Amino acid sequence: MRDTDTKDLELTRTLAAPGEPFVWLTAMGLALGLIMVVGLLGVIVANGLPVFWPSKIVEVHLKPGVKNPLPNSGGTLTGEIVQTREKRIPVLSATGDKIEDQTEVQIFVGNKDVNGSGFVFLNNSDIASISEPRGIYRLERMEYGIAFAYPKSLQLADGTSLPADSPAFTQTLTRLDAESAARRREIEKIEKHDIGAINSRITQLRAKGKGSPESLKEIAALDADYQLLAAKARELRAIQSAAALIYTTPNGIERRLPVGELVAFTLPNTLVFNQKLGLFFHNIWNFLTLDPREANTEGGIFPAIFGTFVMTLLMSLAVVPFGVVAAIYLREYAKQGLAVRAVRIAVNNLAGVPSIVFGVFGLGFFVYFVGASIDSTFFGEYLPTPTFGTGGILWAAATLALMTVPVVIVATEEALAAVPRGMREGSLSCGASKWQTIQRIILPASLPGILTGLILAMARGAGEVAPLMLVGVVKLAPSLPIDGAFPFVHLERKFMHLGFHIYDLGFQSPDSEAAKPMVFATTLLLILLVVVLNLAAILIREKLRKRYATGAF
Amino acid sequence: MPPVLSKPTEQPMETTVNTTAEGRPDFISIRDFSFFYGKKQALFDISLDIPERQVTAFIGPSGCGKSTLLRNLNRMNDLIDGIRHSGDIVVNGRSIYDPHIEVISLRKRVGMVFQKSNPFPKSIYENVVYPLRVSGQNKKSVLDETVERSLQGAALWDEVKDRLHESGLSLSGGQMQRLCIARAIANRPEILLMDEPCSALDPIATVKVEELIRELKQEFTIVIVTHNMQQATRCSDRTAFFYLGKLVEFDETPKIFSNPAQKQTEDYITGRFG
Repeated sequence: MRDTDTKDLELTRTLAAPGEPFVWLTAMGLALGLIMVVGLLGVIVANGLPVFWPSKIVEVHLKPGVKNPLPNSGGTLTGEIVQTREKRIPVLSATGDKIEDQTEVQIFVGNKDVNGSGFVFLNNSDIASISEPRGIYRLERMEYGIAFAYPKSLQLADGTSLPADSPAFTQTLTRLDAESAARRREIEKIEKHDIGAINSRITQLRAKGKGSPESLKEIAALDADYQLLAAKARELRAIQSAAALIYTTPNGIERRLPVGELVAFTLPNTLVFNQKLGLFFHNIWNFLTLDPREANTEGGIFPAIFGTFVMTLLMSLAVVPFGVVAAIYLREYAKQGLAVRAVRIAVNNLAGVPSIVFGVFGLGFFVYFVGASIDSTFFGEYLPTPTFGTGGILWAAATLALMTVPVVIVATEEALAAVPRGMREGSLSCGASKWQTIQRIILPASLPGILTGLILAMARGAGEVAPLMLVGVVKLAPSLPIDGAFPFVHLERKFMHLGFHIYDLGFQSPDSEAAKPMVFATTLLLILLVVVLNLAAILIREKLRKRYATGAF
Repeated sequence: MPPVLSKPTEQPMETTVNTTAEGRPDFISIRDFSFFYGKKQALFDISLDIPERQVTAFIGPSGCGKSTLLRNLNRMNDLIDGIRHSGDIVVNGRSIYDPHIEVISLRKRVGMVFQKSNPFPKSIYENVVYPLRVSGQNKKSVLDETVERSLQGAALWDEVKDRLHESGLSLSGGQMQRLCIARAIANRPEILLMDEPCSALDPIATVKVEELIRELKQEFTIVIVTHNMQQATRCSDRTAFFYLGKLVEFDETPKIFSNPAQKQTEDYITGRFG
């Protein structure tokens, strides 16, 4: 008797969990999923975040006899070490071919105006030594990207010159940089905002005024305004290039950089940890808030963040009412029969249609049919320039809404079906009509489920790229879909999108090496944006769940 | 106006609280009523007169059709697909199947309390005034007055008067059931249907609800479905015994329980089957 008892106990203690082998199978499935998610995030974070961390500038001395990939540089080259990687090369020899492993170093040498290319690869075996020059500057320029430079002097606007070794040099350069940044903002405000407003008004007058004397008069007045503003912008631009920084590149070429072309400068090799940390967050901030420069490889990605956000929001606004109304009809009003089952199957299948198909449909239906009809009805005077008859954020949102509507319908139907029957009967027995019951009892109780559908729809919609390329996303949008110009929300405008931005950086960029870190940083941001949008919806859902919890017993 | 359609919302309460007068003996008159769920017949030629302002209990084993009959009195069965009936149910002299009667206005006259309490996920206050709100009554003074009257009527006022704006789901099981009763009587219906209202309650809550039923019959015609024989003796005036969809016996409650005319009734109440 006692023997069997201990035997039973031992059995339950074994790792194999008798009778429950599927515990291990299911746990393995989950573990695999978690590893993949963590791995993905890890790769993105590890590649994305270092972009913002200021790295040191090194001077690489090559072994004698090794050919320098940079012109006129002698035996040294200067830049930031990006990565070291292994490569295998076959070596042919008389004694027999063999495979040899070598290490190569990728160095970002910048100074694209002098060097032609921004990156070079060196075999580790060709490097004699590496040193860190202290006085080297890292200059971020409006054009040609980063320059590594030894400053020589500052040419001031009054013609005097301030040598780099004078004590006031750094201070003066900082001041000039701040001033030029302020002027750059002013120029941008004049050119983009003020002149933009005048231009759109003139376009409007030309289209609508049809050459009437009043419109011509107003156009003349606006033209005078434009001349004034343009003159002011020209004047500011002249000031921008009055003062200049004279520097020599590491290979000894002297260059003149007008302060207006200088975005920021740092001395990476003299930075201490706190300064680096400050710069790290400063870089992240710039990345989040600035417009892109240099074919999107430099600057920030604010327009893409904003475009993604606005488009997802518009899509949610379109998809929720549409999906919920359809689901209410299917679940509450339609007589459950063959026809409804067919519709349900069709809706579920719609969720499996490739997204590019929706893109093609959006282009054909929304852009070419609906948009063109709107144009010929309301914007006939602007034709042949299309207003709504071309891709835009409205059509992109509508296309994605169409793509994600099955998700919302299915989720809403489930939520409606989950409302306890007692609650329906209670409402009807109080003399409520069917619609009153739906509106006052069933919809509020199924809101959390509806929001689950919205969360799934947003997650799918925000990350979609392929259909957007057909219906309104662009590499560089001149203006945001929401801005200060009347009527503030411009649904017809083309927009930038993080997903497309990633594709564009990775595959369409003129310098894909330079864009690679930006790809990861943008990916990280896209994931963060989706997480933030989802978290917001989840928070609302939890709040509603508490409010409409239906645990009567 | 036809009698079933005349809404007493505007009438002063006193007209219905006429406890001394005898009510109509055939306030609800069920005539040769048969009912089918698809092909399955659930009720067979039921004929039965339910008197006004009395408690009538429906008893019988599970599946005998008593709930089906009760749910026909406010046409709650209309929600089910494939139902069919023959015969008629007449309330206060007018058929509830009269095509001129809106089922909504019928339900406004017939309150219902369910087996499982089903408060809405709203505040106690909003639960009680729900029948008024759906009738378009949004005047605060009327609503306030209704909440106090109904909750007092359901013997819940003293327990919840300080937390009317808390969720109705925060109450205990017995309180929730009384909240549902308060909701059912908020619009002053003429008839109150109760479908095993105490089956999910503990004995103390059951006693409270039973006391309440005895109170409420002063004002309402009550039809109660119950599995609990003691409950039927305690609070009903007349009892109908159903078996396999047929009405076996219908008489004064004391008579049914002391001296039933039918053998089946006797077997059931003495616990020999069911």
